[in-house]
Amino acid sequence: MSLTHYLVLAAILFVIGALAVLVRRNALVALMGVELMLNAGNLMLVTFARMHGNLEGQVLAFFVMVVAAAEVVIGLAIVVAIFRTRNSASIDDVDLLRN
Amino acid sequence: MNPLAQAGLEISTGETVLFWVLAPIAVLCALSLLFTRRPVRIAVAMIAVLVSLAVFYIANEAPFLGVAQIVVYTGAIMMLFLFVIMLVGVDASESRTERLPGQRLIAAGAGLGLILLLVAVGSRAVLPQGQGLAAANADSNAVGVARLIFGEYVFVFELVAALLITAAVGAIILAHRERVEPKVTQADLARQRLADYAGGTGSVAPRPAPGVYARHNAADMPALDATGEPIEHSITTVLRIRGQRGEVDTDQIEQIEATADHTSTKEVDG
Repeated sequence: MSLTHYLVLAAILFVIGALAVLVRRNALVALMGVELMLNAGNLMLVTFARMHGNLEGQVLAFFVMVVAAAEVVIGLAIVVAIFRTRNSASIDDVDLLRN
Repeated sequence: MNPLAQAGLEISTGETVLFWVLAPIAVLCALSLLFTRRPVRIAVAMIAVLVSLAVFYIANEAPFLGVAQIVVYTGAIMMLFLFVIMLVGVDASESRTERLPGQRLIAAGAGLGLILLLVAVGSRAVLPQGQGLAAANADSNAVGVARLIFGEYVFVFELVAALLITAAVGAIILAHRERVEPKVTQADLARQRLADYAGGTGSVAPRPAPGVYARHNAADMPALDATGEPIEHSITTVLRIRGQRGEVDTDQIEQIEATADHTSTKEVDG
């Protein structure tokens, strides 16, 4: 086994997350897909840090983690706000800009 | 150049085993994101994925990030997700009808293309011989990361702090709700109750508590009225709707009645 295995795993997880965002209609599940993509990116950064023998990748992954926390807070607040007005958590029901 | 870095990186057998045990679990749990219907189950599977990623970080010589991953992701973010699932309704399962025709097929094709692209790039790329972090982690990993964050990247750190404050304020604003109707006070409730009573529906007294006869005090057992009949509205609506209402055993009621008769005769004798 080599470090490339981690990169392949990260690629697989990233694709699953991207597909979840594309396919799932539930806003919460789509947000979880975004989280999975960010985590796959983090795994790649950590693996690259080990490959290159310096810690810059880990620092970048740390900042990604903080940004992900901010993103999920805002995303969930939007989901709750939409649920209050439209009584639905489905992204199909948010169609005010349609037509 | 550092002699440790020159030597290249040996990946231990333990790490190989760890990888081949945890990676399939992580991928399987991640697949539930695509195929499971109930959001709560997906959230629990996501927690498994995130914990196994934390283990991979620690295996990749990033113990600080591994611990931060567990604290931030499984401790805070996924709990926030579960909390919102609770608010939005556990049963908010989605409809299976496709609004855009052929969306799943196109998405599957796009996913296949993306993974082919990533693997092709990954296999063609000239990656350096793994060097390991033994030299960089000489003063422990946390110290090494801290030197970079508070040294070279201190400005980014400040920017991220500003971002977090903005996100917190934004979440408060988004979650805030303007009250459009007057608040219902306790006086209003009391007035409503008396009006209902005057109109012939409802009662002024509180509803009877469930389960107040000698053998049971569980919340799912109805209270009994003076004639021994169960009182339906003494059980909470939730249990009644779920069909979890307990059954009153008629034998027991007779037994209790017999005991009660016995006691009352005794009192008369005394």
